[in-house]
Amino acid sequence: MENASNDKLTIAGVEFQSRLWVGTGKYKDFEQTKKAIEASGADMVTVAVRRVNIFDRKTPNLLDYIDPKVYKILPNTAGCYNVEDALRYARLGREAGISDFVKLEVIGDDKTLFPDVCGLLKATEILAKEGFIVLPYSTDDPIIAQRLVNAGAAAVMPLGAPIGSGLGIRNPYNIKIILETVKGVPIIVDAGVGTASDAAIAMELGCDAVLINTGIAGATQPIMMAAAMKHAVISGRFAYKAGRIARRLYAAASSPFDGML
Amino acid sequence: MKIRLNGDDYITKAASTVSELLIELDINPLRVAVELNMAIVKKAQYNSAALKDGDNVEVVNFVGGG
Repeated sequence: MENASNDKLTIAGVEFQSRLWVGTGKYKDFEQTKKAIEASGADMVTVAVRRVNIFDRKTPNLLDYIDPKVYKILPNTAGCYNVEDALRYARLGREAGISDFVKLEVIGDDKTLFPDVCGLLKATEILAKEGFIVLPYSTDDPIIAQRLVNAGAAAVMPLGAPIGSGLGIRNPYNIKIILETVKGVPIIVDAGVGTASDAAIAMELGCDAVLINTGIAGATQPIMMAAAMKHAVISGRFAYKAGRIARRLYAAASSPFDGML
Repeated sequence: MKIRLNGDDYITKAASTVSELLIELDINPLRVAVELNMAIVKKAQYNSAALKDGDNVEVVNFVGGG
């Protein structure tokens, strides 16, 4: 039987133990962040790049709780609305961290936080040439997904729904088309997952991983939701690999007719 | 000397290099990235990167994010 140990996600030679990736934003405190991430089973953890608080050196540091020796740290370019800013944050993130991975965001609008795909494509091309392993946060558009891969993206991360919206996988058919047409890189649903079934749906479609932040951090009990998401991603992956039955309009009896009185 | 540090004015005590500035600020150099006048300073260059009056310095680190 196929099991988790021979079904690992690999990107640019880096192997991941979990197909659930998690963000570190919006938690009550670092203690809760740490416990939720432990419960999620994730080994890829996103972070943002921001100014150090110079004048209050007693504030705790995220990395005191999320050990970079245990977790792979994925810096993002969240909050960047143009190519220049995204490049700047990506380069700073690489310098502050220990890897070439970047979750690339070029945001187009502060109400939807939808990606500016023109800027995203440009930034992907530049950063890939600089040796970054670029994981662009994209719309669920199969054409831009392929263009991102052509520009050097190491994975494509289409949104399920707007960031923090919890609306789930709003266009599973587009995700399916991306999965069928964009070959050679992992497809990772990023944003919109609101509860366990959303994560399972993404994985059942055949996505390679799911990235969740608000869906866990914003739950009433984040640590329990982290565990729920862990199981959902495993369930969804198993269901995808197992091959679901075809949908049919009418019933098909499970019990035999033979032997009936 | 007077520099711009993370968007605010800052008068250095004795620091004349990036490395000394980080020590002065009690910042672990392994956990940050430093920009000097919009150019990233590699960690290996912290000791030699000299500061001068009016320099614009940014020191960033990782915070919670999605």
